[in-house]
Amino acid sequence: MRTSRRMWLVFFLGPATVVFATFITYPILSALAFSMYAWEGIGRRGFIGLANFARLFATFPYSGLLVNAFWHNVLVFVVTMLIQNVTALGLAVLLARSPWGTRGYRVVFFLPVMLSLVIVGFLWALFLNPIFGLVNKFLTLAHAGALARPWLGDASTALLTLIVVNAWRWLGFPTIVFLAGINAVPEEYVEAARIDGAGEWDVIRRIIFPLLAPAVTIIVLLTFIGSFNWFELPYIMQGVSGAPNRATDVLSLLFYRTAFGEVDTGLQDIGIGSAIAVLMFALLLTVSAVGAVLLRRREVELA
Amino acid sequence: MNRPLSGRVAAQAVLLLNAFLVLAPMVIMGLSAFKSTREIFQNPFGLPGVWRWENFARVWVEAKFALYFRNSILVTMASIIIILILGAMAGYALGRFRFGGNDLLYLYFLSGLMLPIRLGIIPLFILMRNLHLLDTLWALILTYAASGLPSAVFILTGFFRTLPSDLDSAARIDGAGEWLIFQRIMVPLVRPALIIVAVYNLIPVWNDFFFPLVFIQTDRLKTLPLGMTTFFGQYSTDWGALFAGLTLAALPVVTLYALLSQQFIRGLTAGAVKG
Repeated sequence: MRTSRRMWLVFFLGPATVVFATFITYPILSALAFSMYAWEGIGRRGFIGLANFARLFATFPYSGLLVNAFWHNVLVFVVTMLIQNVTALGLAVLLARSPWGTRGYRVVFFLPVMLSLVIVGFLWALFLNPIFGLVNKFLTLAHAGALARPWLGDASTALLTLIVVNAWRWLGFPTIVFLAGINAVPEEYVEAARIDGAGEWDVIRRIIFPLLAPAVTIIVLLTFIGSFNWFELPYIMQGVSGAPNRATDVLSLLFYRTAFGEVDTGLQDIGIGSAIAVLMFALLLTVSAVGAVLLRRREVELA
Repeated sequence: MNRPLSGRVAAQAVLLLNAFLVLAPMVIMGLSAFKSTREIFQNPFGLPGVWRWENFARVWVEAKFALYFRNSILVTMASIIIILILGAMAGYALGRFRFGGNDLLYLYFLSGLMLPIRLGIIPLFILMRNLHLLDTLWALILTYAASGLPSAVFILTGFFRTLPSDLDSAARIDGAGEWLIFQRIMVPLVRPALIIVAVYNLIPVWNDFFFPLVFIQTDRLKTLPLGMTTFFGQYSTDWGALFAGLTLAALPVVTLYALLSQQFIRGLTAGAVKG
């Protein structure tokens, strides 16, 4: 009986454990190890300690590319927070009052989240085409032709344009999360505040926002993870090199280029690529851990 | 609650504007799919003069969309079936058996929720090459199955734990074998959880672009998102075909969403919204 029980456990748990260990745990742990070896193509040579990191931080062209890409990721995070998530919060506050058509609005707002970023990227690349694209045509029709420009070709607007397209795709997600958070605020808190003479804005600021803290933490965390994993949209719209002139280069693109080679420069270095992966990994894991702790602490306060 | 009319009108204006900003690009995409390239350039906002269904036929046959769809369907279905079977088996063992290392194994699976597997792409690429799986759909299926397991184990273990313990005890006394108990009694009872797991994984797997980009070279093995990049390279001057391709690619997801929007909204925000 005991051995048969053990055999059943192996039978039930074995396949999932093997698949997970082989295709998730092993690659991730190996990525850490790979960063400390010398590489020729995809052939592993000797152990070189932290030399890849030293080259990444201190030698041309890697150090410049790394810093450039990193600040772009930071910008993506900050601007997304400001335009996408603040808008989402505003929409959620409006929807929480259950105005006419709330169900319909929810469904419509969330729709782009379903679309693949490949579709979204190509669609907006066509719309933003400098000559034939409908964005510049619309501006001309609206007598704002002076604003028309090559949005994706101009280094000063390319990254911001990508962030706006990204926000178009994602906006519904934080909206729904905030809406669920607001709807979870107990009605009697709001009633009590109203009886005490609180106005609309007081209710929002003093009761809803503080109780929304867990939802805000989750959205900040997910926005951070998303911003630092940003890959598909810049790849589809601007290519693997972060055109124009690295103005839209981000860490994932740099990582992909160093890992698998760049079409134009042939630059491939698995050691450096793995070092970039380890840095991104450390950053994402640290922030996720801090976020998880903050979240738990806030939950305790609410209880 | 009674609010001033002006406030409600302003709120409706904001919500309508946002709905318009979401829908207008998609409607224009759908309309442009029926136009000729010249018409798209000259009349981008209006209805097509002639509805050119042939744009779709061109994309479906010549641009191999039929093939890309087939590959995407195969990969998505196989991944989700593996996630459901392996996830249910593991969740059953973790949720209903007490044994040494149970908690540890559970936490081990859960660690996958935090790990960004894309950062392990170099070792994964070399692993797939050594297993001779590069440039096969199996490379994708196994990667998606493995990355879907943590959430599946998390959700299903939780569900299995909530089932009353008399159920399997009674069946065991009646002499039912372990597999029979699992398959005939337990799995049907967690069907809602299986649906949650499937919905949670469906859209990310269907839409994924990164892993096909790395693993797949051969054109006839490309999934829809990767095939689209080939298509956009080849048809870059034929905007009617490009919009038809985008519309066709968006159609299955939009249709599914129209039918099951609440399930998808709940499923995709499940990690971020509690209870």
